[in-house]
This record gives sequence, structure tokens and C-alpha cells, in this order.
Amino acid sequence: MTASAQSSREMTAAQPLRVIIATDCGSTTTKAILIEKLGNEYRQTHRGEAPTTVEAPFEDVTRGVLNSFAELEELSGRKILDGERIITPNRAAQGEPKVGVDIYISTSSAGGGLQMMVAGAVQSMTGESAQRCALGAGAIVMDVLASNDGRLPHEKIERIRSLRPDMILLSGGTDGGTVTHVVELAEYISAAEPRPRLGMSYQLPLIYAGNKDARDRIKEILGGKTSLVITDNIRPVLERENLGPARTKIHDLFLEHVMAQAPGYKKLLEWTGAPIMPTPAAVGLIMETIAKKENLNLIGVDIGGATTDVFSVFGGVFNRTVSANLGLSYSVSNVLAEAGLANILRWVPFTIEEQTLRNRIKNKMIRPTTIPQTLDELQIEHAIAREALRLALAHHASLATGLKGVQQERTISDIFEQTASGKSLIDMLQLDLIVGSGGILSHAPRRVQAMLMMVDAYEPLGVTRLSVDSIFMMPHLGVLSTVNEQAATDVFVRDCMIYLGTCVAPIGQGKEGERCADYTITFGEGRSPERGTLAFGDLRLFPLGRDDRAQIELRPAKQVDLGEGRGVSVTREVRGGEVGLLLDGRGRPLQLPANLEARLAALTRWHRAVDLYPGKS
Amino acid sequence: MGHAYTPGLTVTERTVIRKRRLLPIPGTVLAKAGDRVRAETVVARAELPGKVHVVNVANLLGLAPDEIQDYLVKKEGEAVGQDEVIAENKPFIRWFKTEVRSPIRGKVESVSTITGQVLLREPPRPLERLAYVDGAVVDLHPGQGVTVETSCSMVQGIFGIGGETWGELVMAVGSPEKTVSVSQLLPAMKNKIVVGGAFLGIETMKRAREIGIAGLVVGGIHDKDLRELLGYDLGVAITGTEQVGFTLVITEGFGTIPMAAKTFELLARHAGQKASISGATQIRAGVIRPEILIPQTTDSPGAGPAGRAVPATERSGIRIGDHVRIIRDPLFGRIGRVTALPTDLRQIETESVVRVLEVKFADGTSAVIPRANVEIIEGE
Repeated sequence: MTASAQSSREMTAAQPLRVIIATDCGSTTTKAILIEKLGNEYRQTHRGEAPTTVEAPFEDVTRGVLNSFAELEELSGRKILDGERIITPNRAAQGEPKVGVDIYISTSSAGGGLQMMVAGAVQSMTGESAQRCALGAGAIVMDVLASNDGRLPHEKIERIRSLRPDMILLSGGTDGGTVTHVVELAEYISAAEPRPRLGMSYQLPLIYAGNKDARDRIKEILGGKTSLVITDNIRPVLERENLGPARTKIHDLFLEHVMAQAPGYKKLLEWTGAPIMPTPAAVGLIMETIAKKENLNLIGVDIGGATTDVFSVFGGVFNRTVSANLGLSYSVSNVLAEAGLANILRWVPFTIEEQTLRNRIKNKMIRPTTIPQTLDELQIEHAIAREALRLALAHHASLATGLKGVQQERTISDIFEQTASGKSLIDMLQLDLIVGSGGILSHAPRRVQAMLMMVDAYEPLGVTRLSVDSIFMMPHLGVLSTVNEQAATDVFVRDCMIYLGTCVAPIGQGKEGERCADYTITFGEGRSPERGTLAFGDLRLFPLGRDDRAQIELRPAKQVDLGEGRGVSVTREVRGGEVGLLLDGRGRPLQLPANLEARLAALTRWHRAVDLYPGKS
Repeated sequence: MGHAYTPGLTVTERTVIRKRRLLPIPGTVLAKAGDRVRAETVVARAELPGKVHVVNVANLLGLAPDEIQDYLVKKEGEAVGQDEVIAENKPFIRWFKTEVRSPIRGKVESVSTITGQVLLREPPRPLERLAYVDGAVVDLHPGQGVTVETSCSMVQGIFGIGGETWGELVMAVGSPEKTVSVSQLLPAMKNKIVVGGAFLGIETMKRAREIGIAGLVVGGIHDKDLRELLGYDLGVAITGTEQVGFTLVITEGFGTIPMAAKTFELLARHAGQKASISGATQIRAGVIRPEILIPQTTDSPGAGPAGRAVPATERSGIRIGDHVRIIRDPLFGRIGRVTALPTDLRQIETESVVRVLEVKFADGTSAVIPRANVEIIEGE
């Protein structure tokens, strides 16, 4: 947290907040929400939106913000603006309960968000640490430069020159270690004379967070050519990352340089009662807060038109990645390029010619605001979404790892189990909750569609709860949590999260129809238990309401594991949601029939079993 | 909810557009305010710093990095020729002498006693900014470039590849629903902008490249042909730098889609005139669409700064009677007129509840379409 955020929190802690207005200035839409204290709890009461106005002809982000406020005023009946001034604090005490707000806060990803280049001496060590640091701060990482990245020096210099990042994070070397590599990188950056993306008139911000012994040399080389900021080493020793100080500097520079260059932001910065956060940083913050509060391991995903962000908290360790070119409109064609046609087609429950599908995907790319009008089109979009979600999680798992290059003590018993350092932290069996966000998940016509998309893409193991963000208010709540954690948590639990239910997925494979596990589900009062056999290839859905819980006992076949070992029975309490309890007997890893007819039959059967689509299902 | 955003592409017989022709780095502006310029006129010039090459002298001579200054033959700032010696050791026996030569012609940029590297920089390369359209210089941006204004006919495409080019406009087919075949491309079309109808395939594109056609404008292409043309699957629609031998502008979308009659007729009326086209497309924040600009050949009343074009984004929304193109299956590519704009939300086949409109087609049939799935055809 920045110093100014800290002071803001202290300031607002002193005076109770009853009415809060928050915006997220996205690249296309500015979304405003109104949060009010009703009785003892905070609730999100109204929502307004307007097109973002960072680009020509307006070139002033505050126009869109004011328009979104105007819509909120109309919907809520609350007077928020006096001309172009936000009325603060609220005037309830003066006998005007519907006038004014106590604080205005905002996040921003307008104009492409925060775009960074990072550099580290060794790609898999300080290079990755620098990448994690920038991603955690909410940035898109345009490139990772490293001494051993396989590119020739002149190629590196050309690359630095051609990229126009908002800022650069340079790290390298442990404190007291070699200075040569990091100085070499500084020399390349200096030779490239990089220029910032926005504005010609200021120097590119560069954060140095490497070996402290190299600081003087770095100042000599880059001090005159960049707006250099020096902070603590992100990897002071190989065994430990220290990302906090560099992340704070990234946020400070984001406000001081990047935001200040974006049209209208100077005015916006004056309006807000807490520092503006990059949207993904705010989403990460709320996820981290919730995971820690409830002691959960969670994966959160925000799948947008252009990018897909993945957040995870495992064992209290937070990670975030952004797959900059995986999305469902602007980047839809890139999902096809990365996943391959066959992987998309495997989820489509009907036959379609390759040429037709390719053309349709490209047409969505060039007209990204269109929506599926027919069921076939919806099913194709859902198929693409599964692949985008899958690829983004794979990308995340490769970066959300333990530290690489760390010496591990081995005992004689480890000889047969040589686990390398840098193992992925993502353990699907330990996962408690998946949180989905983004239009395709939040606005799926049937909630079960969102649930099955995430189950198919992530293949959760054992028992996992799933939810979606109702109207994408996690950014707002993230920044709110820096000001008033109770308000953020109240709204998150009551208005933001829509629990879909729980997925129970045994690990193992078998022939279709063969016994996977016997189950007994015991519900609350007045409902008879459900008993049966889940066969391989089965998908079963049992209604279980949001506030309901059930006891499930599973007795797996001998090759099947439910997290306690093969063939070991498991009894767990499961919680419901808008969809219910899903028993997934399709096997893990999930295998779809290779034969086209068999695959279409299986998809149709599964879709019918959970009533996934209208009519045809 | 605020008004629905309905994107539109401009197709207009007469407009005035202004093009900012700026250098990517500071340089010299060559044109003056009021100058008449042609597309090929150089309006500004800059020197792009040369490429940097790195030579690790310490490693090559087996020295410690802080010793290299003593072994350099060329010092910082000095010019070097290709293969010229930049550093050498000083052995007792000349046979053991090792020389480090410059891989390039240029100058010594910097010497590092920490890494033992010498950075060499190639001479700067001139970078020229052309006017791109025939018109007049109406604004100067010192050190950066100029604004060129032109009174022209304008067609915005939906997607393109390749950069800016210009040439005489030639019609390859007689009607917008025709496909352009290989045999319709003639050697006489070299350096010209060729307009097709509904579709052209990869063989026709290859023929265009052989002939040296400057630009192709067509209703639709297949994605698989685009992939073959580029040699890779285009992931994100940020284009304009491709070098496939010509610039391609598609006006409707992917597939075989007749070019909108209004677009085709406008282009046909101007056959024989000079057109400037760009394939540059960017479908994210700050949308850039490909374009065909046909500057008017004679000055006529109404042309000039007063008749500024109205950007598509300034439209307040869609109206009854608007000419629209349907941009999503199952009626993709159909063009009709808006007959009703119901205010209530409707449930569509997918079960989504959305705002819709009614469109009537030329054949008398009509359809209810989500508002997000139409595009206004802009222009009078």
C-alpha cells in the first residue's frame, strides 16, 4: 500500500462512511457503483455505466465518469453532483438523506492499463521474480529481458527500443553478488534510449530493484536517460523474494507518471479519496483479502474481451498473471491460434466446417461488440471460452511457482522423488474455491453454463466450490478494501459473489458406464437422502440452494481417488448455490471421446444431464 | 442504461479529412503551411539512430573488464569502419597478437569497464514521412510533422493488412456480388488499386502480387486464405505493417459477402481517379479502421476547412430509417433499413435478454436483430 493510501485509510477510519461511490474506468466502459450502509451492513444499491472517454474526440476520462454518475443519480434518486463537483460528505445530518456521498474511489485500466517491461539477470530467477512483481502490481508484462534469454545483444536493444512501455523494472543479482549482469542489462537499456508510451515530454520511469552493490553504476548509466527510482532488491537472497517495496514504487509511479499523462486523470486524481489503483491490482487485492480472511485456497479468473487475468492464493501466497492476448472478442482469434481448431471443436456439440468456424471467429474479432444470436453461436463462444480459460490457467500455473534456483536439502528418502525447485503452487486438489468473472461467465444466460465452462476448463479435483462475480464489481471492492475493509467484505459476500455450487470430481479413469463411486447425499430436514452409483462418463446435478449444505459420502472404485488415496471412502460437507451439487464422473484427467460421433453423443448427454441449453439439449 | 453503442463505418461521397503526418521521433519538418502536397511528397524527415552492436572486448582479449581502456584503439565517440581494429592486446611476440575488429561501420557509442563491453552504433538511417494523400498543409507541428487536409470521398473498411499506398482506382468486376477471378487481374493493373466484389481467394491474391498491384479492395476473404497469405494465424487485429506485396482492405467481413451497393457504386463512380489506401486496423482502444480516400480533383464549393467530416463516434445512436448492415450470423452481411426500435428488452434464442431492433430488407422480408449485431452505414 502506498503512503497516500495509508493516510487515506487513517483519514476515513476516523469518520464513518455511509455512502460510497466507486468507478472502474475500463478500456471501453466506465462502471460506477453506489454502496450504502443499510442498518449495520454495507450493500451495493445501484449501478450505472457510460462509455470511457479517454480517446478522441473527448480525451478526458472524467467525462465518462460524470456520465456514469449521471446514470446513477437517475437510478438512485441521489444527488451526487453539484455541476461537475462531487458533493461530499453526504448531507443526511443536514436533513438531506438523498444528497452527497462520503467518498469517491476509482480503479483504472483505460488506455490499455499499465504496460511494463521487466529485466532480470537470469530468466528463471530474477527475471521471473521481476515478472511476478510487475504482474502482482497489476501490470501487463510486455517482455522479460534477461542476460540468458537467448537473444543477441543487438536484438535485445532493438526490442527495448521498439517497445514503448509505461515503465521498466530492472532487477538482477542478489545483494552482494555479481554486478556484471545487471550492469550489462542497464547498458542495453541505455543504448536503446527507450521512450514512454504516452507523451514525448517526460523521461521513462525506471525502477531499479536489483543488487544494491550495483546502484552507483546504475545511476551513472541510467540516471540521465530515465526517471530512475531505486528501491530494495526484489531477490535479496536466492531463497527469498521481497516484492513489496518494488510493487509500492510501481503504484506510486503509475499515479505520478502514467496516470498523470492520461487525458483527464489529473482532475480524477483530485476527486478521489484514495489513490487510483490499476484494475487488476484491485481485483487481486480483494481476492487476497477474502482468501486470507476465510483461510481458503482460491483461483480467480477475469475473462475479458482482450485479456484474461488469473489470480491465485495457495497457502497464503498470492500470484497473478495476465494472458494479454486471450479473450473473447478482440483476442478471440488468438485463442484459436494458441489452442488450435481441434481443441475448440472438441467442446462443440454439433458438426461445423472448419472454414465456417474460422470465418465466424474472425468476424467476431473484427466486430467485437456483437453477441451470439443463435444457440449454435452461443455454444461456439462457450467452447472458445473453455479453451481461453484453460490456456490462461496453464500460463498462470507456469509462473505461480516456488522460487527457482533455490538449493534444497535432500535426505536419502528423496532420492527416488527428485522434485525440482520451482514447482507450481497450483494444486487443484487443495483448491477450495473458483471465482469466475467477466461477461461470458457473469452474464451466461443460465448459471449452469458458467459452472460447466469452469469445470471443463479447470478440471477441479475432489471437492471444489464455484462462484461468479455478479456484475464485475471486484475492482471497486479491491480499492474499497484499502479504505474500509468491512464495507468491502460486506458487499463482496452479499452482492458480489454468486455461489454456483460445488463440484465433486473423482480422480481416475475408467470405461464409460463402469462404476466410479457410490454416493449417499444427506440433505437437511425434510429432504430424503439421494443414493446411487456414479458411473464413468456420468454427470449428475442435484439442486442445493445457496444457503443449504449437504453431507456427501463417496465410496470410490479401487482405482479412483477422492483426495484421500485410491479406493478410500470420503465424507465431506458440501455447500450449494444457484446451480447445486455437481457430481462429475467424466474422469480426471477429463477425456473426451476421440471419435466424432461418440464425442457429439457424450456432449449432448452431458448437456442434457445438467439442462445446459434450451430446446436442443 | 445509456444509449446502445452502435459502431458505424463511413461511406461518403464528400468529406474533408485531416491527417496528422507525424514522425515517431523529433526531426525536421520540410513542408510549409499552405503547401499543396501530393501523396508521395516528403513532408518531414528524421534520423533514426542506428542499430547498436555489442562487442565484449574483455572476453575476446582475455582481460579484466576494468583493464580494457588501455587496449582500445578507438575511444568513445570515434568513428570506425567495418572490420577496423577497435582493440588489440600487446604481447611480446607479435604472432600472439589478438585484434578485435568492428563488425559494422559507425562509431564507438560507449565503453564499459564493468562488463568489458564496447557498444558500437551504426550510422543513423533517414526516416521520411510522406503526405499519403493529395491535399494542403493546414497545420505545422514543429519538429514532428504536419497536418494535411483533403476534400475527398471516403470509404472505411472493416479490416485490412498492409500499409499506406496509392494508385489509380480500377474496377475488376461489374457488380458487388461477383467474385474476382485470377483471369480478371491484368498486367495493366500494376501499381493500381483494384476493386472486387464479394470475394477473392488465395490464387487471386498471389496473382495480384505477381502483377504488382498496389492495393485490393473487396467484400470478403476466407480466414484460411489470410493465413496462407501471411504465413501465420493472425491472433490480434493490430495490422498495417504486413508486407505481402499489396495492401488489402475488406469492406464487409470474412466469408463471401457482397460489397455494400453504396460502397461499390461510390468506388465505381471514381474509377480512374487516384486513391490513397491504408490497411492499418486496430480494434482496441483507439479504433483504427482501414480506409480508401479519393481526393477530389477540382476544388469545388463546400470543400475546405469549413466542411469538416463528422467522426462516426459523434453519432448519438441509431434511428428509424438508418441504413444498417447485420454483422453476426445467421443473417451476417445482409443490409437493410431500421423499421422499429422497441424500447423493451426481448429474450432471444440464446435466452439472453437484450435490446433489439427490426430491420426490413430490400426483398421485403424483415427480422428482429439484437442492437449489438448491426452496424450503421455512415455517410449521406
